[in-house]
Amino acid sequence: MDRLTAVEQKAPGHWQIATVSEIKRETPMVKSFWLELPMWMAHCPGQHYDVRLTAPDGYRAQRSYSVASSPLDRGVIELTIDRLADGEVSPYFHDVVVEGDQVEVRGPFTSYFVWRGERPALLIGGGSGVVPLMAMLRHRRRAEPDSPMRLVYSVRTAEDVIFADELGDDAVITYTREPPEGWTGHTGRIDSAMLADGGPSAGATAFICGSNGFVESASRLALDAGIEPERIRTERFGPTG
Amino acid sequence: MSEFVSRGFTGRRRTPGDLADRLPPGQYAESGFPVLTAGPTPDVSTEAWSLRVDGMVAEEREWTWEEFHSLAFEDVPCDIHCVTKWSKLGTSFRGVSMDTLLDEVEPFEAYAMIYSYGGYTTNLAIEDLTDGKAWVVTEHEGEPLPREHGGPARLLVPHLYFWKSAKWVAGLRVMDHDEPGFWEANGYHNRGDPWNEERYWTD
Repeated sequence: MDRLTAVEQKAPGHWQIATVSEIKRETPMVKSFWLELPMWMAHCPGQHYDVRLTAPDGYRAQRSYSVASSPLDRGVIELTIDRLADGEVSPYFHDVVVEGDQVEVRGPFTSYFVWRGERPALLIGGGSGVVPLMAMLRHRRRAEPDSPMRLVYSVRTAEDVIFADELGDDAVITYTREPPEGWTGHTGRIDSAMLADGGPSAGATAFICGSNGFVESASRLALDAGIEPERIRTERFGPTG
Repeated sequence: MSEFVSRGFTGRRRTPGDLADRLPPGQYAESGFPVLTAGPTPDVSTEAWSLRVDGMVAEEREWTWEEFHSLAFEDVPCDIHCVTKWSKLGTSFRGVSMDTLLDEVEPFEAYAMIYSYGGYTTNLAIEDLTDGKAWVVTEHEGEPLPREHGGPARLLVPHLYFWKSAKWVAGLRVMDHDEPGFWEANGYHNRGDPWNEERYWTD
């Protein structure tokens, strides 16, 4: 019977211990964590990983975080995490985790809010809702640079812009609270003019991610711009952390 | 069980004592009621709403909003558990038991597909919908169910992860075989029992 003893299954979806290889501060409240995975597999841009923390007495907390990196970065994933003041997992990442630490993760998960090359693609992100969209944008730039895709990104102030050094001609930013000095671009909440900035939206597949209120109003704008409801995919985050 | 311990993690948001016993593994207690929807929020008026039960049944039925309200309503105090890790403990809904609805149509097969306005679907075994385990609800904590939470009416199956409690419910089709619904086809578990932590396909 010895020969029939089951071996531990090492497949995606199972918990594995990742090593934090690099930490990058994006904004005062957001940090990116590069994790090296012993059982890495390619994710679809937009997918998430679950993270599990375990205290010495066995108490555990779990949360889900979207992957920000392209699957072309083999062996690693980047989780970009917004620090929520009343949260449990995000403050741990921000305040405790240093390079070289280990964290338990599993994924990648779910296959709906993912970009599989749909063109054109219109990405609409609010705050840290830009994270899964960044995976799409980065992957498009490297894998399908000719595929039309643009990002409309709503942030409060200049210092809240995540991935600021990577936003190029394919991104339209609007500042809802305080634009940087000398800013001549969009301000205020996302509106139909911003969606139209960069080309028509009809026929596009829209990926919208942010708070519930943000997603509600952005979906309505996308519908008004002529995007069919079945081509509008949304991901909302509530008070989690 | 892995013996891994997260360096420096103590757990600063622990749920106290008796409430902690009501939290399935991997869940945390949330006092709000987050909204999670895969697409735009459908706008369904009570005039346009109806609930249909069809498929492999002795008699197909459809209730308008008014007809539905002639059925027996009951209060449903419950805890709900979302696969995205939050649980809402000690909440309540009001609606009609699925037992009442299914009694009228007499299903003769074991599986059901729930379908919603807006195109959402989710699959359940009839077993998970009967014996006081599932309702079609129109009120949450004494108020009409808000549109963003599935109003005018949603399914409520509190013993399974909350994606099974389809918002904007339009009907139930009884089938002779099981078939994955929307999230079940997109990576989430076919049954979704939170106490067994059945979150994803591989669980």
